[in-house]
Amino acid sequence: MLGCVDDDDRVFKALADSTRRFLLDLLFGRDGRTLTELESELEMTRFGAMKHLRVLEAAGLVVTRRSGREKLHFLNPVPILLIHDRWIDKYKERQVSALAELKTLLEEKT
Amino acid sequence: MSTSTETTQVYRVYIKASAQAIWDAITKPEWTERYGYTGLVDYDLRPGGAYQVTASEPFRKESEARGYELPDVIIDGEVVEADPPRKLVHTFRMLMDPGMAAEPFTRITYEIKELDHMCSLTLTHELEGAPKLASLVRGDQEEYGAGGGHAWVLSELKTLLETGKVFAD
Repeated sequence: MLGCVDDDDRVFKALADSTRRFLLDLLFGRDGRTLTELESELEMTRFGAMKHLRVLEAAGLVVTRRSGREKLHFLNPVPILLIHDRWIDKYKERQVSALAELKTLLEEKT
Repeated sequence: MSTSTETTQVYRVYIKASAQAIWDAITKPEWTERYGYTGLVDYDLRPGGAYQVTASEPFRKESEARGYELPDVIIDGEVVEADPPRKLVHTFRMLMDPGMAAEPFTRITYEIKELDHMCSLTLTHELEGAPKLASLVRGDQEEYGAGGGHAWVLSELKTLLETGKVFAD
């Protein structure tokens, strides 16, 4: 169970940075890019871009794959989907039931 | 080169299960009917062996209820490489939709790696020349009832292996 918490931590931490979200958006727009391509869209050093990509990779949000001499970066949506199922769905349900309760309460009063 | 990378999709999920359990969940129909699209797989696990998927009874009924009759075989292909429980490569063609059935065979690679207390499962789908299928497996058509593609299937596979049930249960 602790392992799961760690996984979520890494994903939330990776997403808590505008540069890294921008990198994910770039890959969403066109998948399978090299470091050079991604770096050219950022205003930072190659080293900085690599650091951000490593965080995304550790969180499982980016998966790399070798193609000849190049290392290509792919967006992996699975961790986001798992967080969605684990967190978002749950609170959506609660909101809906809270609204339903409110409606019952209000209708009882009238 | 650039075209092939743009048509390739890569998905990875970490699962607390043995490599053999993950392998079985991918290659055995008694497992595949319990998650994702619930299709019944039939693999002849050797190079050149046939791969096909038939619809489970609930899936067929649901489809008919929506006025859509399914073909007997909904996916076909050929096994390229089978190295249980580590690597499986096979071709893949979707036959449920005439537009997709007309597209060329695509190629799926499953790689299972054992890590500390868990495994990683990486699915690579090479979709050269198959934009309709690419859109389906990316989950673009989820809101039209076409399911969430590979990401959804792998999430369900993870949930099934780790908890013994899927979201719909």
